[in-house]
Amino acid sequence: MARAAVLERLIPPRVSIVWHEATVTEVVVESRRARTIVFAIPDWPGHRAGQHLDVRLTAEDGYTAERSYSLSSAPEDGVVAVTVDEIEDGEVSPYLVEEVRAGDVLEVRGPIGGHFTWSVDEGGPLVLVAGGSGIVPIMAMLRHRARRGSTADVRLLRSVRDPDVALWSAELAALTPAEGLQVRTTWTRRAPDGWDGPTGRITEPMLADLGPAPDAAPRAFVCGPTPFVEHVADLLIDLGHDPARIHTERFGGA
Amino acid sequence: MSPITRGFRGRRPDVDPARIPPGQYMTRDFPVLSAGPTPRVDTATWQFSIDGNIAGHPVTWTWDELLALPQETFTVDIHCVTKWSKLDTTWTGVSVDTLLAGIDTRSQWVTIWCDGGYTTNLPLADLTGGKAWVVHRYDDAPLEPAHGGPARLLVPHLYFWKSAKWVRGLTFTPSEEPGFWEDAGYHRRGDPWREQRYWSD
Repeated sequence: MARAAVLERLIPPRVSIVWHEATVTEVVVESRRARTIVFAIPDWPGHRAGQHLDVRLTAEDGYTAERSYSLSSAPEDGVVAVTVDEIEDGEVSPYLVEEVRAGDVLEVRGPIGGHFTWSVDEGGPLVLVAGGSGIVPIMAMLRHRARRGSTADVRLLRSVRDPDVALWSAELAALTPAEGLQVRTTWTRRAPDGWDGPTGRITEPMLADLGPAPDAAPRAFVCGPTPFVEHVADLLIDLGHDPARIHTERFGGA
Repeated sequence: MSPITRGFRGRRPDVDPARIPPGQYMTRDFPVLSAGPTPRVDTATWQFSIDGNIAGHPVTWTWDELLALPQETFTVDIHCVTKWSKLDTTWTGVSVDTLLAGIDTRSQWVTIWCDGGYTTNLPLADLTGGKAWVVHRYDDAPLEPAHGGPARLLVPHLYFWKSAKWVRGLTFTPSEEPGFWEDAGYHRRGDPWREQRYWSD
């Protein structure tokens, strides 16, 4: 019944996606290799948690490079922020992480994407699963939930290589305990000193324990490197979750 | 003309720039983009159908019947709306011209539908004349599930979301019916050389 299993559609408003000149107001060091770049964009039309924007850089000879980055700021934050993880040997991310500073003007366009998004008005329950910097669009969702005072049932499991590259551990700790929100971490290479929680890659029992059960018909958002997303989405389906309610966003090759 | 970005020099690709559409960069990886999980597809029960606004009954092929049709192996460049381009990719499959040979229709619009519920749409003219294939081999190996295996559409002259993964059929429609990404704000046609990314481009 391939044709009946139509994916949920979230249709964004048909606003023109135009290039803006965005002034960098702040660069926040998030980890050894990740920075949040905060922009002031006078005509920003607003965004939904989970959307991304395009950045265009132009060299003196007119050569340009464009890439997409997930927004980490909540719609309510009054600023537009992306969080960029430096890719070794990359062309754009090393510039954004190592070179950009407050006062710079970059070209950006957005917001873009209508599928990997969530609003508190849609309610829960949600299963959020993040691998590495896949936490970025999911963090926008958690911030949005907090800003709106939502008590929607939201469970996050993040998989992080080691504490040096973990994003927002302190903010995630500060968000909990909150009614309806659970945040868990598994460390795949090295856990913090004194850690007695999960370690290693995500397993079916970890996801079963995270809940909520498939009977509760949660929507799932899974973001991370391609093999991670393939692995987690397969486990969620094995647990009985409806594939049509699993949203994925992948990065890197396969 | 875009303003100069302070301190940005960039890294020019070491290929003919005429092969890279505007706003694209070249990758040697093969990124995977999908809105949902990779469907589990069994070729024992797989069928490919052409239906909708056509004369007579829908036409279907089983997996074995598809493989028995004339096969073409070809090398093309592919361009994803998320900015990567991959050059000289080699595929094997059946030309859509072959599949449409016995089909009688006056419709000029086609919706492509897939396992997993994904759809995309095209004018018929973008599928015919040696411009589109249903492919099942990449780099002389069976197409991996994450890349759309067992079979995907390949329409290399348009952005890659038109090259629908896990393709199961074509439905002729009387008029343009936007598919999944077309409905979500992406361009109706998606020509990378004209940088038709979003609906307002």
